[in-house]
Amino acid sequence: MSGVWAPFAEFLFLRRALVGSAILAVSMAPLGTLLILRRMSLVGDAMAHAVLPGAVAGFLLAGLSVWAMALGGFVAAITVALLAALISRRTREYEDASFAALYLIALAIGVIGVAASGGRVDLAHLLFGSVLAVDNDGLFLAALVATCTWLGLALLYRPLVVATLQAGFFDGTRTATLVHVAFTSLVVMNLVAGFQVLGTLMAVGLLILPAAAARQWATRLESLIGLSALIGLAAAIAGLVLSYQMDLPSGPSIVLCAGLAYLLSVLASTLRIRNGRDHG
Amino acid sequence: MTSRRLILATLLATLAPPTPAAAAEPPLRVVASFSILADIARNVGGDRVVVTALVGPDADAHVYDPRPSDIATLARADVLLTNGLGFEGWMDRLVGSSGFRGRRVVAAAGIEPLPADGHDDPHAWQDPRIVERYVNRISAALAAIRPADAASFAVNAERYRRELRALDAEIRRAVDTLPPERRRFVTSHDAFGYFARRYGFTILAPQGWSTDDEASARDVAALIRQLKAGSVRAVFIENMTDPRLIERIAAEGGATVGGRLYSDALAQPGEPAGTYLGMMRHNLATLLAALRGP
Repeated sequence: MSGVWAPFAEFLFLRRALVGSAILAVSMAPLGTLLILRRMSLVGDAMAHAVLPGAVAGFLLAGLSVWAMALGGFVAAITVALLAALISRRTREYEDASFAALYLIALAIGVIGVAASGGRVDLAHLLFGSVLAVDNDGLFLAALVATCTWLGLALLYRPLVVATLQAGFFDGTRTATLVHVAFTSLVVMNLVAGFQVLGTLMAVGLLILPAAAARQWATRLESLIGLSALIGLAAAIAGLVLSYQMDLPSGPSIVLCAGLAYLLSVLASTLRIRNGRDHG
Repeated sequence: MTSRRLILATLLATLAPPTPAAAAEPPLRVVASFSILADIARNVGGDRVVVTALVGPDADAHVYDPRPSDIATLARADVLLTNGLGFEGWMDRLVGSSGFRGRRVVAAAGIEPLPADGHDDPHAWQDPRIVERYVNRISAALAAIRPADAASFAVNAERYRRELRALDAEIRRAVDTLPPERRRFVTSHDAFGYFARRYGFTILAPQGWSTDDEASARDVAALIRQLKAGSVRAVFIENMTDPRLIERIAAEGGATVGGRLYSDALAQPGEPAGTYLGMMRHNLATLLAALRGP
């Protein structure tokens, strides 16, 4: 056990990486759970891609500033999310289709922005992040976002749960719209913070995988959220240790560990169902 | 009609400069794969060539993505100048799709490459003496294609070789003032192998030779241990990879972040590191300032 902690004790950069991904795991757990229950898992992925053009614009205007890139990414992704909702309402198009269409447009603009920067933006770093390079600003941003997330959820919990578990209850009311916009903003904020730590693609892994794994073990919403936070934390620790011991890139290692937790949970749950049938 | 054509012809004849027939040929169109090679080619070709770089200043040749205008430029070119040693892995496909039918010149052909991670280290231009051989190869190739300008290419090449030898002597004199135990540094991109061999430096890198590799936690940890052990005094940020990782490593390892070293791309034209000679002098000054220390 001491072997697991020794590198964290020796190296500040590992402790920072751990704190950054732990904050994200705790902050993303309730949102990931609600996304899955609302059947919006892939929408999370789409919004993560939509962060890219805004982050690139922030970089081009203000350089490698965490805050400029975060603000740009937030504006771009929220625009995509709201436009997608608007289009699906106005045209009777399925929301996932308008989301897919808009995030692809956003992604293309982002890649063109990267090209226009003449190589000053490294696309691989934006997409896959550098969890080992988290600086103070990145940590502050993650902590700020986590605080907003839990405060926002405390305020919105009841209407959000009703809207999630009893689809159609609020439909068409102003409450439904308000709750949807607030929830979407929280998801986007988390993706923006996650993008600073893990990169746009890997951040979705920490959002969805722990929540999907928790679904195989629990049914009550509170247990789902708690369990998915724990799984996310465990994946962050295990991923960093794996990266250190096996000499692997760190962000993907964390997501791989969360993915492993998901696969094991699915396996355990199918075995449980089969055993249940045998006994019954 | 005829009279108008006659007037036009007369006008054109008076506009054309009164030079020997050979020089009336248009300058050779040379496409170089990246900015450093383009600068060397301009020095050799002078006003008898028009040089275009595919990967321009401050851009990364490892992850180059061709634009349609690049392919059009290449299709019209007389000469394609590449470094070789696997530096332009994307070039064969680009040549194939452009329909380029000119002459290919590989500047680093015939040099003995340094090994790097199981393949050849392509960054041979970091040694000015090797660049002299680039110059020989380029001027011979240009002269073979355009014999009429051969004399002019030879004069330019000789002048540039003298400048390269002066640069080499200048770097050696400056490095001699540095105690051997201080000739160690860390950079985010190990492109300085040839430079290190020529001038007796030891280089440590947190990443592999290509900028798209992501460092693992173990690589970073090993590097911080080295810095903490006190054997390395300075860390340099190279002009295109993520500087945040380097800053964290330097902060935790107690080294100084020594500024910017140029490796694969020149700075914008007009800046001190905007030419090959300027880039090498900029790198030397930056290195010395950080390694001399207090």
